[in-house]
Amino acid sequence: MSAHQEEEALGKLYDAQLTRRLLGYLRPYRARVTVAVALSLVSSGLTIVGPLLLKVTVDRYLVPALAGRLSSDVAMHGVGLVVLLFLAALCTRFTLDYIQTRMMQRVGQLAMYDLRRELFDRLQRLPLAFFDRNPLGRLVTRLTTDVDTLNDLFASGVVAMLGNCFILTAIIVAMLKLDWRLALAAFSVIPLIVLVTLLFRRSVREANRRIRVAIARINAFLQEHISGMTVVQLFNREKKARKQFAEANAAHMDAYKDAILAFALFYPAVEFLGVLAIAVLLWYGGMRVLSGSLTIGTIVAFIQYAQQFFRPIQDLSEKFNILQTAMASSERIFRLLDEPITIQSPEKPVPLGVPRGEIEFSHVWFAYTGGAQPAEEDWVLRDVSFRVRPGQTAAIVGHTGAGKTTLISLLLRFYDVQRGQILLDGRDIREYSLHDLRRHFGIVLQDPVLFSGTLESNVRMGTEGIDRPAVERALDEVGLGGFVRSLPDGVAATVGERGSTFSVGQRQLVSFARALAHNPRFLILDEATSSVDTKTELTIRAALDRLLTGRTAIVIAHRLSTIQHASQILVFHKGRLREQGTHQELLARRGIYHRLYQLQYKDQEIRVHATAGDAASAAVPAND
Amino acid sequence: MSAAATPVAAVAPAAVRKASPIENLRALLPYVRRYRGGTALGVATLLAGGLVGAMLPLVMGTIIDSISGEHSLIERMSALPGPLERFLLSFYRPLSGETLVFFSLTLLGIVLVKGIFSFLTRNILIGVSRDIEYDLRNDLLDHLLRMEPAFYVRNRTGELMSRCTNDLNAVRMVLGPGIMYSLNTIVIMVMAISIMVRISPQLTLYVFLPVPAVALAVRYFGKVIHDRYEKIQALLAALSARVQENLTGIRVVRAFCQEEHESRAFERQNKDYVDSNMALIAAWSLFFPALEFLIGIVFLIVLWQGSRLTLQGSFSLGALMAFYGYIAQLVWPKVALGWVTNIFQRGAASMGRLRYILSAEPEIDDRAVAARPADDIHGGIEFRHLTFRHPGAENNAGGRPVLDDINLRIPAGSTVAVVGPTGSGKSTLAALVARLWEAPPGSVLIDGRPIAEWPLHALRRAIGFVTQDTFLFSETLRENIAFGAEAASDLDVDRAAHIASIRDEVLDFPKQFETVVGERGLTLSGGQKQRAALARALIREPKILVLDDALANVDTETEERILRGLAEVTRHRTTLLISHRCSTVRHADQIVVLREGRIVESGNHEDLIGRGGYYADLYQKQLLEEELARV
Ligand SMILES: Nc1ncnc2c1ncn2[C@@H]1O[C@H](COP(=O)(O)OP(=O)(O)OP(=O)(O)O)[C@@H](O)[C@H]1O
Ligand SMILES: Nc1ncnc2c1ncn2[C@@H]1O[C@H](COP(=O)(O)OP(=O)(O)OP(=O)(O)O)[C@@H](O)[C@H]1O
Ligand SMILES: [Mg+2]
Ligand SMILES: [Mg+2]
Repeated sequence: MSAHQEEEALGKLYDAQLTRRLLGYLRPYRARVTVAVALSLVSSGLTIVGPLLLKVTVDRYLVPALAGRLSSDVAMHGVGLVVLLFLAALCTRFTLDYIQTRMMQRVGQLAMYDLRRELFDRLQRLPLAFFDRNPLGRLVTRLTTDVDTLNDLFASGVVAMLGNCFILTAIIVAMLKLDWRLALAAFSVIPLIVLVTLLFRRSVREANRRIRVAIARINAFLQEHISGMTVVQLFNREKKARKQFAEANAAHMDAYKDAILAFALFYPAVEFLGVLAIAVLLWYGGMRVLSGSLTIGTIVAFIQYAQQFFRPIQDLSEKFNILQTAMASSERIFRLLDEPITIQSPEKPVPLGVPRGEIEFSHVWFAYTGGAQPAEEDWVLRDVSFRVRPGQTAAIVGHTGAGKTTLISLLLRFYDVQRGQILLDGRDIREYSLHDLRRHFGIVLQDPVLFSGTLESNVRMGTEGIDRPAVERALDEVGLGGFVRSLPDGVAATVGERGSTFSVGQRQLVSFARALAHNPRFLILDEATSSVDTKTELTIRAALDRLLTGRTAIVIAHRLSTIQHASQILVFHKGRLREQGTHQELLARRGIYHRLYQLQYKDQEIRVHATAGDAASAAVPAND
Repeated sequence: MSAAATPVAAVAPAAVRKASPIENLRALLPYVRRYRGGTALGVATLLAGGLVGAMLPLVMGTIIDSISGEHSLIERMSALPGPLERFLLSFYRPLSGETLVFFSLTLLGIVLVKGIFSFLTRNILIGVSRDIEYDLRNDLLDHLLRMEPAFYVRNRTGELMSRCTNDLNAVRMVLGPGIMYSLNTIVIMVMAISIMVRISPQLTLYVFLPVPAVALAVRYFGKVIHDRYEKIQALLAALSARVQENLTGIRVVRAFCQEEHESRAFERQNKDYVDSNMALIAAWSLFFPALEFLIGIVFLIVLWQGSRLTLQGSFSLGALMAFYGYIAQLVWPKVALGWVTNIFQRGAASMGRLRYILSAEPEIDDRAVAARPADDIHGGIEFRHLTFRHPGAENNAGGRPVLDDINLRIPAGSTVAVVGPTGSGKSTLAALVARLWEAPPGSVLIDGRPIAEWPLHALRRAIGFVTQDTFLFSETLRENIAFGAEAASDLDVDRAAHIASIRDEVLDFPKQFETVVGERGLTLSGGQKQRAALARALIREPKILVLDDALANVDTETEERILRGLAEVTRHRTTLLISHRCSTVRHADQIVVLREGRIVESGNHEDLIGRGGYYADLYQKQLLEEELARV
């Protein structure tokens, strides 16, 4: 479960650096934020008006009138004025609050938009090694759930908290001004509140951490099982899956129940302390009223203040949860943003116009793990050197796991080599910009990937200048033309996630067409026809013979028949280049290649009568 | 014939999406019912807490009355005081220090009792909501586990994920805070009103003048939130599906320099999402300020009319304070009301999205299982006039079925090989054997019995399937290989790995069988993945072995070794072997050529060579290549 470490370590409530960085996202909108904060300050200021007006009403009008010192009519008139003032305050607050909320909510959304974009762009540039390590589901969460959590913070958190703090200060000042002794009496509960809050925070933090770990596990599990549902079902794993899931689910629930306990204790505790303050006010203040040193209006106003005072405190602790979650989210987000981009274009890339087309590997050593100094057994490629001349086709053969695909990944700079270098037209590929380098390659990966969209969008990808006829031509060249035309929508046929509504061979052909349509200088085929029938394969090969003239190509294949025309054949074994030469040369050497060849063609003895050429054309039924 | 094939596409979603918020929320009732006891207890403590809490403003007002030297408002409240009121009244003296102390302590006593109740309430009710969340989440997985591939063709992974996480969360909010706060609101309302009416019916009436406005506002905003929120959730799901796909295909994106393009596409969706949020914000930012305003108006009325009544002598300062207190209590409910509306509306929209999964019923299940106890499967397979189209893709290929009138008998223990051009329906045929798709009734038989009459579990237990595209889990190699065999020992894993010819390679890895593979098997080579998948099928010692192009990514030497090992394994098993290579299939008991969904040739290697059809041609071509290679 080391994969969930990331969720483990985090969740500090306040971190100056983190906060500063978060606030940085508000910078582009600072004018609006300033206005919103100002408005919210004014509006918070207005909250202290209510109790004051109450005090005025009681002390100036009601008590004197009840005591008969003031006529009812005059008193009522005064009350009317107060009411009007109150109304004015209400209207102002309403307007200010509306504008302020709307502004901040919008700013929150905009900031989230920026952050999401930044994250996505980052993901487009991180090295592939990063994706080998990090479960995809978790990365998706960063862009969706985590960012949304931050939104809460930006939209309501920041301003609301400032507002709350201001309200508290305003109330404290108002109370002190009205009667400092009574104010101090009321404040006597504050230390207790601080204590309770601290205890609460401590107990909730641990639970929150467990919750995050559990959620990460649940999501990873779901993600993987939804993707691999067919396998789960084929292998009768439903019961086990249910059990495993229920465990993660239960851990989540238990952690939450612990958190609930803390909340359930905290809220009543705060309420109790609030009422305690009021009781103190009533008792001490009441005594003073009885002795004539305090007006009733002051007590009444104080009670209002005390109630107002505790609401923001309770609110703050509610926000505390948002804050903590948001901090954890932001830490994870920033960690992703800080992930080093180890593979990037150099500062001053060498421009690469139309390459001559020479590829050279020079003493290349590479390992997926182990950093710069991998352990001996980690090396996947060891001291590999070879050269492919412009316009040549090099074939790579070798046992599975020999490192063939790795070689291709290195050529495209998906990973960087640890030792040695790879040269293109005589220069280290690290001197070119990534875009310049890659755009000259057309590659068919071993695992074909199709995207949701249409067949056309899958062939074209986002490359401008590939028009529909070009798409159709490419599909024709790989022998998929007839099939595509049989679909009701032709090239506009819908492709589902991963192309699941197409047969595996069809998917492979579409990704082949994709490479061809891009008309690349270098063509890289990694087992590009492994799932395709022989006839189509032959069709493609015929097309390739034409397409390959003048291009440099690297072809990986297990079927030796597909590669024997290559200008040179490279035989890999356990990460080393063991043999190199043309088909005939290699056969003559009687090495690995010879052995592979023998195995593949030992059927040869069972001969078929007809001569090859005729039979081929005669026996094919005339359709397809 | 399409009786079985058509309904799959029409599983409930359309109906569910139309459901009203109420209907959606009603779907939660069965879950709540499971925790009836807890819920009832929680509601009881909540009521008790509300009753006790309602005393607070009354006591406060009494204290004010005492210090302003008037009659207690309790006295004023009723001609016939109840026992509690009489008890309290017996301690009441105007302008008395003792009264002050007594009632201040009473205040603390009340809040203490109330605190205990609200502690219990929160613990119980929110606890129940977590229980239900747990149940819901398990149920979601349960449904997902039962849905057939057709469902996953229709629904993108990212979409489903979003439903199971974001939407579930919104629903949980309804069950916990949503229910608790709305009950709380009701209790406080009822209590406050009943006491306020007794203090002054007239002022109570005035206080409730703005209520219709509040109700209208809540209704209006509720609708707005519900409508917009649903769209927002859908856009969020689309957004995550987009990220998900981008990351899945990251190598292709990089290789074809599509980063910019992808970023732009993402930006568009990002913007859509933000825009629709903005639309919600416009309404939402009006909501709370408006509520606060209305509440302010209520205070204003109390101040104004309360003062008037006091001046007339039918009210007291204490009563005024008590009213203030009750309204303060009501403020929270009203704010909560706004909040709760939000929660309920969002929850209802999200529940609709969960019901899409929860009410999805698999087309493929055990409904047709024969009543008599299942025998063991021996492995005979028969296709009888099998015609099949994928649900939802009936018009492809000009309406021609993917499989067309297939008739084929595979006796138990024999090996049948299927060859044929790309897209001819081989994988579909194989998938039908494991009932991943539903064939028309009676067209696929296992041991002479229609496939639907076998319990799914037993059927699949009898099958070892190597799918054409390999999926491994991000677990250790050992766990992956032992995936479908509950009680596999290390020795079994070792043996299966040996037959699949991956053992030696794995032992070369630094962590050997404990090597954790990346998602989908990302950190293995193509051939390693395939062989791991092969070992995973072999370890089950299945009666039926299905190898769908299982050696496509394996080199010749390894393939040769595997085939030699397999010959032993397949001797007593029914084997369905799909391949493009004659060398792989030539020793099969029977070779079938599929073309555009029809069987065009069948027989053993020699028969077919003699017939001079597709197979002979294939063989020729593969020989021809070799021939050419010799030159
Ligand atoms: N992303 C990765 N992280 C770690 N190890 C990897 C990764 N990809 C491949 N490997 C390991 O590197 C070795 C070489 O793998 P590679 O994919 O290059 O083999 P290959 O020659 O293409 O084999 P195949 O013919 O089966 O495709 C294998 O042992 C594999 O397990
Ligand atoms: N889920 C699906 N929905 C709709 N059409 C599908 C679906 N799966 C496959 N098809 C179509 O059915 C036809 C047969 O597909 P199938 O995968 O059975 O071919 P195959 O013979 O296995 O081909 P390959 O040799 O490429 O693996 C293809 O034309 C394919 O596009
Ligand atoms: Mg490979
Ligand atoms: Mg197939």
